[in-house]
Amino acid sequence: MDFTLRIVMTGAALLGLISGALGTLAVLRRQGLIGDAVAHAALPGIVLAFLLSGSKAPVVLQLGAAVSGTLALLWVQAILRTTRIRFDAALGMALAVFFGLGVVLLSAAQHTAGAAQAGLDRFLFGQAATLLREDLLVMAGAGLLAFALVLAFWKEIQLVLFDEAYAATLGLPVRRLQTLLIVLLVVAIVIGLQTVGVVLMSAVIVAPAAAARQWSSRYGRVLLLAGLFGLLSGALGAWISSLAPRLPTGPLIVLLLTALALLSVLVAPARGLLWQHIRRRQARETARQAVMAVLQELARHHPDAEHPHPTATIQAALGTDVPAEAILRDLERRGKVRHMPDQGWQLTERPPHTP
Amino acid sequence: MKWAIEIEDLTVAYQQQPVLWDVDAAIPTGQMTAIVGPNGAGKSTLLKAVLGIVRPAAGRIRVLGRPFRARERRVAYVPQRAELDWDFPATVFDVALMGTYGRVGWLRRPGAAERTRARAALERVGMAELADRPIGQLSGGQQQRVLLARALAQEAELYLLDEPFQGVDAPTEATLLEVLRWLKQQGKTIVVVHHDLSTVAEYFDWVILLNVQCIACGPVAEAFTPENLRRTYGGRMVVPAPTVNPA
Repeated sequence: MDFTLRIVMTGAALLGLISGALGTLAVLRRQGLIGDAVAHAALPGIVLAFLLSGSKAPVVLQLGAAVSGTLALLWVQAILRTTRIRFDAALGMALAVFFGLGVVLLSAAQHTAGAAQAGLDRFLFGQAATLLREDLLVMAGAGLLAFALVLAFWKEIQLVLFDEAYAATLGLPVRRLQTLLIVLLVVAIVIGLQTVGVVLMSAVIVAPAAAARQWSSRYGRVLLLAGLFGLLSGALGAWISSLAPRLPTGPLIVLLLTALALLSVLVAPARGLLWQHIRRRQARETARQAVMAVLQELARHHPDAEHPHPTATIQAALGTDVPAEAILRDLERRGKVRHMPDQGWQLTERPPHTP
Repeated sequence: MKWAIEIEDLTVAYQQQPVLWDVDAAIPTGQMTAIVGPNGAGKSTLLKAVLGIVRPAAGRIRVLGRPFRARERRVAYVPQRAELDWDFPATVFDVALMGTYGRVGWLRRPGAAERTRARAALERVGMAELADRPIGQLSGGQQQRVLLARALAQEAELYLLDEPFQGVDAPTEATLLEVLRWLKQQGKTIVVVHHDLSTVAEYFDWVILLNVQCIACGPVAEAFTPENLRRTYGGRMVVPAPTVNPA
């Protein structure tokens, strides 16, 4: 594997790890959408940072991205405080306005300032091939710092995510912790913009969390798994995009992550749809057997084995967990029982050992 | 009488609309108090004001003789079940352990002592066997038990519960009541937002009848009268609009 590819894959893996794990914090707070707004709102900051400084050093551009992303969030908060516009609408407004401004600035800059050479348009869809060793160091540094904060405030963050009001009654500085969470989210996004681009960045925040949640119900494990999923998808996406020229990295990583999330939703044990379906079928079969057992018992104890019994009699023997009526209809379709109008249910076959 | 909570002239408003208006009430130490009133009467808001979660527009609240800020770790709050996200990745034990977080201190993890407390709290509410179960798989009654366990693990002096009996199964209601009575025996103060008028006299010593204003506050035998109930529930209480001075 050549040196450049190694750099690129390492960078994409780092981004996946950091954004996946930090993004989970936002998703668990039901704030994944905020990530989308911050990512889109970063674009004007990137272009302005380049225009003002003349530098295309990633650190400078990332700083610009962080500033305008944060400004967008502050604007959303101001809208919520002063008007009756709802949260999702305010978020949508901020996203559209900032992103629109970014696109306008970008096309203006392309004509005037040689931004084409600076390759600013790579921030739209991301190009991992432009990653340099220094970029990796910046990413790793920011990531380490972010993870250190998450570890340091582990139980406080967990509590604020699960139950903010209760956290406040324990005396935790909830407002400051919320600010910390927002800062971590902005870091998670800004780190990935060069590789994934502003348009799709929110998927790297949300998809690893969605996938990881399917596999575990422990807070720490969900965070770890989301980071791992992000890491794998990042590395793999960067590698695939190196196979053909002009294959954008961002969309590839996002496609891989989405596939992973879909797969997790389908096959993960306990929460996966597939297992739920199997378990439901098994439960149904158990319920059918229970209902048959009740009917056989009734037939054995009744002088007339073919005497029909009302649903309520059968339900009473089953408890409330089994919906007797639905199961009896099911058995009727299968030809095991028949319904006598106004009288109730009887077995179609005489059970063994009946008088 | 010693007071656990003293409320004076409390007014809380959302969007300029008073939710609580000029409420005076006091809750005695070491007893079980019910806060009752119709929907929208401000019962939960009263708890949240005591806890400092909502900011009053006016008035003073003293908890255990001091402002709440100085008392927070000695007060345990059990929020309404429906206010929480039960899909959060946590087990029953994780939630019970959260009750100890207030005492653990920054940069520290809960240790053996805290884990023992959390386990004992789960034992007390009959949830020890489900300690490892994800909270997403609990029934409503089990969710309520876990939230009470979290409050117990806090080892507080004052317990504030928001509708703990709402929609729980009969065995859970019995367990909750048993635990609350046990707390009372230990000299703790218990305050419950309650909706079931038929059990007020049986469960509680003290009652606050609330409908935006405080209608009555006192021992159940004195305050929980048909006349006061009619004034609380009969026809929604409307706070008089401020008259504009035609100057």
